[in-house]
Amino acid sequence: MDSQILGLLAQGIGETFYMVVVSTVAAYVIGIPLGVLLYVTAEDGILPNKVIYAIFSFVINVVRSVPFLILVVAILPFTRKVVGTTIGSTATIVPLVVAAAPFVARMVESSLKEVDAGVIEAAKAMGSTNWQIIRKVLIPEARPSLLIGMTISFATILGYSAMAGFVGGGGLGAIAVNYGYYRYQVDVMLITVAILVLIVQIFQEGGMRLVDKIDRRKKL
Amino acid sequence: MFYLENVSKIFPTTDGKVSAVQQVNLEIRDGEIFGIIGFSGAGKSTLVRCLNLLERPTEGRVLFGDLDLTKASDKELREARRSIGMIFQQFNLLSQRNVLDNICYPLEIAGVDKKAARERAKELLDVVDLADKTYAYPSQLSGGQKQRVAIARALATNPKVLLCDEATSALDPLTTRNILTLLQDINKKMGVTIVIITHEMRVVEQICDRVAVMSSGVVEEVGTVQEIFENPKSETGKKLVIPDASEGIPVPTKDFIRIVFDGRSSYEPVLSQLILHTGLELNILGARTEDINGTAYGQMLIEAPSDRASLQAIRDFLLAKDIPSELVSMQEV
Repeated sequence: MDSQILGLLAQGIGETFYMVVVSTVAAYVIGIPLGVLLYVTAEDGILPNKVIYAIFSFVINVVRSVPFLILVVAILPFTRKVVGTTIGSTATIVPLVVAAAPFVARMVESSLKEVDAGVIEAAKAMGSTNWQIIRKVLIPEARPSLLIGMTISFATILGYSAMAGFVGGGGLGAIAVNYGYYRYQVDVMLITVAILVLIVQIFQEGGMRLVDKIDRRKKL
Repeated sequence: MFYLENVSKIFPTTDGKVSAVQQVNLEIRDGEIFGIIGFSGAGKSTLVRCLNLLERPTEGRVLFGDLDLTKASDKELREARRSIGMIFQQFNLLSQRNVLDNICYPLEIAGVDKKAARERAKELLDVVDLADKTYAYPSQLSGGQKQRVAIARALATNPKVLLCDEATSALDPLTTRNILTLLQDINKKMGVTIVIITHEMRVVEQICDRVAVMSSGVVEEVGTVQEIFENPKSETGKKLVIPDASEGIPVPTKDFIRIVFDGRSSYEPVLSQLILHTGLELNILGARTEDINGTAYGQMLIEAPSDRASLQAIRDFLLAKDIPSELVSMQEV
């Protein structure tokens, strides 16, 4: 394998990290408030609202149902408007965020649902406002579960980012497609896949260790 | 402290409406320890949640001092809740905060600065005798210790009243006794009114001044612990005072006489005197005595003789000795 390919792979790794990290952060910036909104307005939430819950739940389900590649193509005009281009890593971030934010919202909702209802009741009995319950009880109590969700989201977004290689996205996915699929360079394709596997492993393992470290529920 | 006027709570369910609390009128006085007793499903927990409006009554008024909580604004209600502490069967501590920060939580949300909050929390840790666990997390504590933290947390904002929802039901008998003693101390030393929900008569016996007996959402009778214990008038009251019945152990299957000891006599001489006097062979079905507030209370169940004359002889003897007793027919219970 020549140095040109090695340089290409290094660049691909850099681009993949750039896409996935920026997208994960952005997906959480949108997904956390959305997840909290879903939790709060659900039937057994702290401020039940059937209409708001139904609308957001429906929109989230619709976006999540659209296959990622179709989503990328469908929102091309939107992507162009936001970042000025439709190819390359930066352009991939837009559909990645659009696809991941609803997914993250559901992950956040399910993490918040795990918080013991008794603890929330106690917080209410002490005179907490709803905002205090969300900020000081729900999110801190759900923190370990939220972090586990984040490692899952990261791996999912990484998978999407590789798919984006088919439609002009950058990163390792693009290398795998361009060299492995179009040029039959199986070795390059296998190496990119191996690198992707490695990245998922590292983040999953690191995330789990971090959760173990911060979770106060079982530490003796 | 609290006045409840015609309080009802109806829950809509898929099988129609369920009345958890029906037309309850109740007064809880300043400084007393008030018990609400009943079997599971009686509506006790719903009733206590109507006191701080965790459950909003469907009907009626809840007066806390002069404030009608059912008409209070959200802000007024939150402020009132700072004067109404609450502890729970499952403790409900914040699992990701250590003991100190758990106790600081109510102060934090009330806007007390961090340093003052920590000082107050440390004071309270001394009150509940847990200073050595200041930086421990709830998962590292026993049930009794968790409840002590919960009590400290509930007291942080200097409440006037402490609501206890089955606070000892998840604890073993010895720990229960210790927690009840702590609650009694808090009532005596700090003047905090205490409302205790329980299904165990012995909890009521140990610390309550007055008690309300509840069944199917209705308060069947209210009285001093002594009144209810010696002479329960309601069906539920009668069942609850029989030893072990409140702990789910089956009551005797035959008719029996329930003899109540109210501290004026111990039960042994009475029994031997009864046997000598009547010349009857007596079968003891169960007995329990307890030291309550410094007085020996207890009761004994003896099998009722089948012939009327013997039965009358026993009743006459007890009446002459001024010992409260009642004949309990199993058809009735």
